[in-house]
Parts: sequence; C-alpha cells; structure tokens
Amino acid sequence: MMRLKCASAMPLVLGALISGGAASVQAADLEFYFPVGVNAPAVATIEELTNKWAAQNPQHTVKAVYAGNYEETTTKALTAAQAGDPPQVAVLLSIDLFTLVEEDVILPISDIATTAEDQAWMDGFYPAFMSDSRFEGKTYSIPFQRSTPVLYFNKDAFRAAGLDPETPPKTWDEMIEMGKKLVVKDDNGNVTQWGTRIPTLGLGGAWLFGGLVVSKGDVLSTETGTEARFDTPATTAALEFLVQLSDEGVMQPGGISWGDTPKAFLEGQTASMWTSTGNLAFINENAEFDWGVGFLPGGDGPGAPLGGGNFYIFKETTDEEREAALDFIKFMTAPENAARWSIATGYVAPRPDTWETPEMKAYSEKLPQALVALDQLPYAYREFATFQRAKVTQYLVDAIESVVTGGSTAAEALAKAQEGADSVLSDYK
Amino acid sequence: MNKRLPLGLGFVLLVMPCSLLVAFTHYPAVRALINSLWNNASSRRPSKFVGIENYEALIADEKLMQVLTNSGLYALGTIPLAIFLSISMALLVNSKLPATGLMRLSFFMPTMLPLVAVANIWLFFYAPGIGLASQIMNFFGLPTINFLGSTETSLASMMVVAVWKEAGLFMIFYLAALQAVPENLKDAARLEGAGPVRVFIDVVFPLLRPTTIFVAVNALINAFRLVDHIIVMTKGGPDNSSALLLYYIYEVTFRQRDFAYGATLTVLMVAILGVLAAFQFWVLDRKTHYQ
Repeated sequence: MMRLKCASAMPLVLGALISGGAASVQAADLEFYFPVGVNAPAVATIEELTNKWAAQNPQHTVKAVYAGNYEETTTKALTAAQAGDPPQVAVLLSIDLFTLVEEDVILPISDIATTAEDQAWMDGFYPAFMSDSRFEGKTYSIPFQRSTPVLYFNKDAFRAAGLDPETPPKTWDEMIEMGKKLVVKDDNGNVTQWGTRIPTLGLGGAWLFGGLVVSKGDVLSTETGTEARFDTPATTAALEFLVQLSDEGVMQPGGISWGDTPKAFLEGQTASMWTSTGNLAFINENAEFDWGVGFLPGGDGPGAPLGGGNFYIFKETTDEEREAALDFIKFMTAPENAARWSIATGYVAPRPDTWETPEMKAYSEKLPQALVALDQLPYAYREFATFQRAKVTQYLVDAIESVVTGGSTAAEALAKAQEGADSVLSDYK
Repeated sequence: MNKRLPLGLGFVLLVMPCSLLVAFTHYPAVRALINSLWNNASSRRPSKFVGIENYEALIADEKLMQVLTNSGLYALGTIPLAIFLSISMALLVNSKLPATGLMRLSFFMPTMLPLVAVANIWLFFYAPGIGLASQIMNFFGLPTINFLGSTETSLASMMVVAVWKEAGLFMIFYLAALQAVPENLKDAARLEGAGPVRVFIDVVFPLLRPTTIFVAVNALINAFRLVDHIIVMTKGGPDNSSALLLYYIYEVTFRQRDFAYGATLTVLMVAILGVLAAFQFWVLDRKTHYQ
C-alpha cells in the first residue's frame, strides 16, 4: 500500500490549518503502524487521514500499515524494532509505555517537541489522557484514540420494567435492585433478557475491573510501574460485587466475553452493558431501540478506567523522520482530523479544542451519548500498567476468571495474584 | 544409462534441502535449547547464564501443570473421536447409498476452511443467548449454556471444533483405504457366515490399521499443533481451562515476551512429541500388517 503523494490541489484550506505543516524541507518516508480495536470503519478513516497528510506534505510519504488488534500491533512493532527496522511512528496502547521503555525502542516525544509552541500543544490535551503518557518526568506518547467504558442501557427495556428511562443506575446497589426488575424469563423459566452484562473474561474484563476498583477509592497500579495493588479491600469488594450480580440473577453466571457483549445488547439479551465508548458508532448504527448512556455505576462514587492508544515515535529514526513524524502526529490530533476520527469511531477526542469544532458540536447534538464519556473523565484513572504488564495482568485476569467461574473465592484468588505480581515486579524495585 | 552422480553435483543438490532443514528446523531447535539456559534479558536486566533455573521454574509452574492436563485431555478426547467419526463417515460415503458425492463434499468441507474463519463461525455458534446452539436449546426449553465462559465446558467446546475440523480430512484417507480392501476377502468371510459387523471387525478394520496409525499420528500432531481456534475463541480462558501447551508457549513468548521461558517450554514440547512419536512408530508399527 505505498502511498504516492498526489499533486491534487484540493487540501489548500486544510493545509492552512496545520501549523508548520510543511516545516521540514528534508524528505522522509514514514511507516505508520496502527491497530483497530472497535467495530467501525477505522481502516478507511485512517487511510483517508494519512492520504490527506501526504497530500499536504508532498516532500514526505507515509505508509499506513494496519497491524491487527492492539496486541498484535505491539508485537509486530517490537519484533520489527528488534530486527532493526521499526516503524517510525505507531499507535500502541498507552499502557505499553513500560514495555516499550524496557525494550528501549521509543523516544520521548518531549525530547523532539522542544519549542514553546510544542509545549503549548502538549499542554492542550486533557490531563487525564496525558497522565499515562509520562514516565520519569518525560512525555513519551501523545493521546490519539482514547476511550473509557460507559454504561449503555436499553431505554425501552427500562420502560417495560416500569423504570425511569432517564435515570440509569448510579451505584452498585442500584444496579442490583434495578437489574432484578429488568430480568425477563420465558415460560420455561429460562432468562431471555438479563439485567446487565459486565464482561469479565480476558483483558477486557481486567480493564473494566480497574473501573470497579477506582470507584471504591483505590487504584490497581501507580505511575512508578513497579507496583501492583491486587489484594486490597477495594479489589475484594469489586470482585465480590461481580459474583453478587450473578448470584442475585441479574447477570448471566460464568465468564462473560468482551466480544459478544455489544451483540447481546443489540439482540435484547441484556438490558444494559458495560463497554467502551469505542462502540458508540456501532451501537448507534445498529440499535433498533431507544438507548442511553450513563456513567459506570460505582461502589462509593463514580469511577472508570481510561484506555486506548497513543502515538509513539521510535528511537531508530533519523532527525528528518522524527520531525516528519511529529508533524504527522500534530496533524492527526489537529481539531478537524481528531473530530473526523472521533465521529467515525466513537473514541473520545483527546483535546478540548476538538470538541469546539462545528463538526463535533453537531455530532454531540445529534448523539448526546458521546458527551457522557467526556463528563466522566474527571472520575477516570489510568489503566493498569506496570513493567512486564502482560505477565502481571495475566495474574489479575486469572484471579477474576477463577472467581466468576466459581473456581475460588475472591480473597484466595487475589492473594495468589498479588504473590505472582510481586515476584515479577521485585526485579524492578 | 546408470551413471553415478558426480560427488560435486550430489553435494550441490543436497545443499538446498539441507539448508532449509537446518535454517528452519535444526537451528531453531538448538537455539531454543540454548535460550532455555539463559535469562530473559532486556535493557533493564542484563543477560546472564542461569543454567537449569528455567527448568526449575517449569517444575514449580502450577499453570503448566494445568496446561499439560488440558493438552492430555484434549488429545485423549479428540483423537479417538476423530478416528471413530472419520471411519463412520468413510463407511457411509463408501456405501451404495444415494447422494454419496454430496455427502463426501459436505463432510470434507470443514477441512477446506481456514481454522481462523472456522473459529469465528463457532464463536457465533457458541455465543450464549444469541448463538445457534442457544437457540436450538431454547427451542427445546433447555437453559442456555455459557459454553466458552465456564471452566467445565470450554475445553470440550474446543475439542468439538477440532474434531469437526479434522474428521473430514481423515475420512478421505479411510475412504481410500476402504476402496483398497479386496472384495474377495469380504466375500470369503460372508461365505463363512459372518455378518456385516463381524466382517468389519475381523476383516476390514485390521486392513485399515496402517491408515489408523497414520491418522492417529496426524491427529496427535494436530492436537499439539493447532491452537488457532483457542487464540480466536477463548485465549485459553476462562481461568486457563482451555489453554493448551502450544497456546501457552505463544502466550509466554509473544504476549509476555519471556523468550527464555518460552524456549524452555518449547524444549519440553519437543521432548513430549518425540517420545510420543517414538512410541507410535515403534510399538504400534510392530503389530500392523502392511499388505
């Protein structure tokens, strides 16, 4: 998919919008790895945006490489870096920071973006999204496709159950209480509509679990990257809440998969679900009922995890490539383009100025659900991240899965997870 | 003209296959063995020789024990079932029933589909509430089973996919073997008064033995080799209940990037497969009649 820059004069207007759009004179050929993690026409939109950048910067080329899901993209980028041929720029999980630092393959973006103007640009992102892009005082990545989970609920189902469709549950107790009313059974006593659906399996389950813990006033990991807080009163309470949901008949027993959840919601198998804002566009297009979005109900107050991907620039690059890559990132996060991306996918636009664009205003008027994630941002905390993240997270995943499938108790499973995590992280302290 | 090949030319001809074998089989195997004796180095942890430390970790690894148990159950479950099904299908399509051509096609179809695509189809099939399996069960008034979300059913669900996928291919081998069974042997047995079941057990099945060994070896290799559906459908979960050895190696090596421990697990897997292959060829082979 080599992108040849076309000499089209079309993007004159757009070119004017990007400060320093044609700043560098030296030509650079960029390779850009990106993942897709949502049910949306993401590849086409990314290609549209990269083509636009290439057209505005005819001295450069950019080759956008769709590299699979997040995990596959990280694996590919790391493998390519170890083989000495990394992409210049990539969108990878924000929580891959520690892995990328440990593998020594990325460059702090704050080392390239050094002017006062650059500093102002970096300060223009929501602080919540910037919090997990910093390490040891440097900014390593730039937020791009950020998301946070929200509660999606079927207003028609709420009406049918005699509940107010404008007030979704706000606390765990309300979730159980309202959930019981939302359960519908057929003549044989089999459930045809569950009260709610919180994915508990795999990494998606661990992500949402972070939100449950935040709402109990604790965190799973800190910014040092060397601490995992798996065995705390908050994690125990969160895990017990998940078990209680199925014990009370509100949620389907056993593990709940991330992938089936939006489908189950659309098919009316569940009256509400927890999933990423990245599914907004998909639900909006396919829902045949009246639906709404609310904050994730919390234990002691609202709380949610942050997720999604950031732009990284790789170390093994020339000065020209770094400059071009920085310009490319600025272009992709510029208000019009970030708005285009956010509307196409449902990701939360990471800068306030994007929300001020006419497109974004029209969008949030048409789809007010999109604003909920933004309002929830102050209560959101960075996603679990440590060194050896994949290995350490697996201990948490195993603990959650063993408890929701009835294999062990919360206390037992979490103590085991803590022990495993500590043994891995002790090397880094 | 029975001229001997000049030594030089013979050597040149050998270089090509040998270099492929060395580059893609022997070198990686030796490399894995060497890697398994070192630690997993990174910019923050210097590389060092650790001797058998990784192998000690292997013994202490609770998850590995579960994975090995899963792999054992998976092999024991899929191999006999696949053999039984493929013989049954072969007998069916080898009979004088109508539409055997259509049956052959439909039995063979799953083999031709890529496993990743098949896994995605089955993912939908198993989805609780909305999947085909649930809908069929609901029709009969049975409660929905969370096939992939429960530790009791996840491994069995994976086995069903594997058997469904590979039985069609094995059917082809059995079909070829069945057509090679001489008709006069069966006639002779019938003359002696043997019924169809007796003919199959005492005449046909022994003659199918080389095919059965071939199929069993292949099914065993597949039981260890094919994990694409696990990656797509369960990621080894829930709680590692559907994790197989190769999937575990993949997870440790590429997701957790622990190349040293991944290499150690690979050595273990090569050793297990070596022992199994030796057993199959030396022990079972001796008891087989080849025509």
